[in-house]
Amino acid sequence: MKVNLKVWRQKNNNAAGKLVEYGLDNISPDMSFLEMIDVLNGELTRKGDEPVAFDHDCREGICGMCSMYINGRAHGPQTGATTCQLHMRSFNDGETIIVEPWRARAFPVIKDLMVDRTAFDRIMQSGGYVSVNTGSAPDANEIAISRTIADEAMDAAQCIGCGACVAACKNASAMLFVAAKVSHMAVLPQGQAERSIRAERMVAQMDAEGFGACSFTGACSVECPKSISLDHIARMNREYLGAKLTSENV
Amino acid sequence: MSWVTQTLSSSLGRKVIMSLTGLFLSSFLVIHMAGNLQLFKSDEGRAFNEYTYFMTHNPVIMTISYLLYTSILVHALMALILTRHNKSSRPVDYAFKRPEANSAWSSRNMGILGTVLLIFIVLHMRTFWYEMHFGSVPMAEYDGKQYKDLYKVVLVAFSQWWYVLIYVISMAALGYHLVHGFQSGFQTIGLRHKKYTPLIEALGTYVFAILIPALFAAMPIYIFLKANNFIG
Repeated sequence: MKVNLKVWRQKNNNAAGKLVEYGLDNISPDMSFLEMIDVLNGELTRKGDEPVAFDHDCREGICGMCSMYINGRAHGPQTGATTCQLHMRSFNDGETIIVEPWRARAFPVIKDLMVDRTAFDRIMQSGGYVSVNTGSAPDANEIAISRTIADEAMDAAQCIGCGACVAACKNASAMLFVAAKVSHMAVLPQGQAERSIRAERMVAQMDAEGFGACSFTGACSVECPKSISLDHIARMNREYLGAKLTSENV
Repeated sequence: MSWVTQTLSSSLGRKVIMSLTGLFLSSFLVIHMAGNLQLFKSDEGRAFNEYTYFMTHNPVIMTISYLLYTSILVHALMALILTRHNKSSRPVDYAFKRPEANSAWSSRNMGILGTVLLIFIVLHMRTFWYEMHFGSVPMAEYDGKQYKDLYKVVLVAFSQWWYVLIYVISMAALGYHLVHGFQSGFQTIGLRHKKYTPLIEALGTYVFAILIPALFAAMPIYIFLKANNFIG
């Protein structure tokens, strides 16, 4: 099949960028979207042009690196999938495909389609962990956790930190990401010790990074490759308000 | 008290202010609608005028009304602050986006709908509230007691087709604003539960977004038809 690509090209964070058109023939419908970009980069390299810089790693939908805003949607037209899980059969022969980087103040463009998502790392460092003394691993079922709680925590823990929620949100809000991380540990017994401080610190860091506020449009949950529910945002709000009202931090 | 200001100036705290003022304003709509149903009575406005007298003289109602005016201002001002912040969170926008693929139109346009409603509130208060408090309203006498005849002011205002049209359009905006706003308000303060969220959603959609705006819109239409002798 043929595709007509319009790809965002930007030399570095300070340079002005623009959409550049590329035509590709002989694309197999069974190729993943990233393999199609590989073909494009092969052609560009042979012509002596700079290949398109983009993030990718596992190519099996678990690392969250492949950040691409394709035809007006985070990770393209599919739901519940990353860009590497998107195949060219999802597009029509001869279709024009617009590829842009995630757009958010907190995710500055590094080059072309690559953005700096270390804002998420800093949010995690602010409280997205459980402090334990290292030593030998505890017995697997030492702490009893009900099946529903384990499932609830696992649903939140599925978040791969790809940033599609931020990319899809009209406010570039990171609420679904932070909510998944706060919620994941708030429901587990291991997370209780740092429960309030976690909610307070992670929300404060989220605000400091310059993400927007939540309008509950639900776009994040629809575009999330792991389909993380809005329930977690409500829980984070509960956690945060509860922590602010009752914690010892004045 | 630094933790209070810190909480209320966080992105979550600001949304909580939006939620609480919004839900308070929603509760007011129920009272306002129920009271104004007196307009449908065929008694030359007596029930309505007695009701407006009560609403402007009862100390509890008067106190709540000031809380209400404050809520409208805070809700609008906070929306402005949040919108500015949200816009600045994405300084470079996408060249092409398809938001309709993942979210409802009303949820993305609360600001526009809210602006329509704010303009409406100013117009509405100028026509009735201002006239009642500071204008010259004709008097009516029931059982030897003098009442301001606000019903006459309503008749005059709603006998004009364009004024009725503004009200009907504004009530459509109210419906769209509430279909997202009501249930969203509960989410923001963390009230989401398998058992109760479907109830809140149904209440927000069928009562607050459809029934209440429809009844409000029916009032100017009914008065217009009556004032122009289309109906008795």
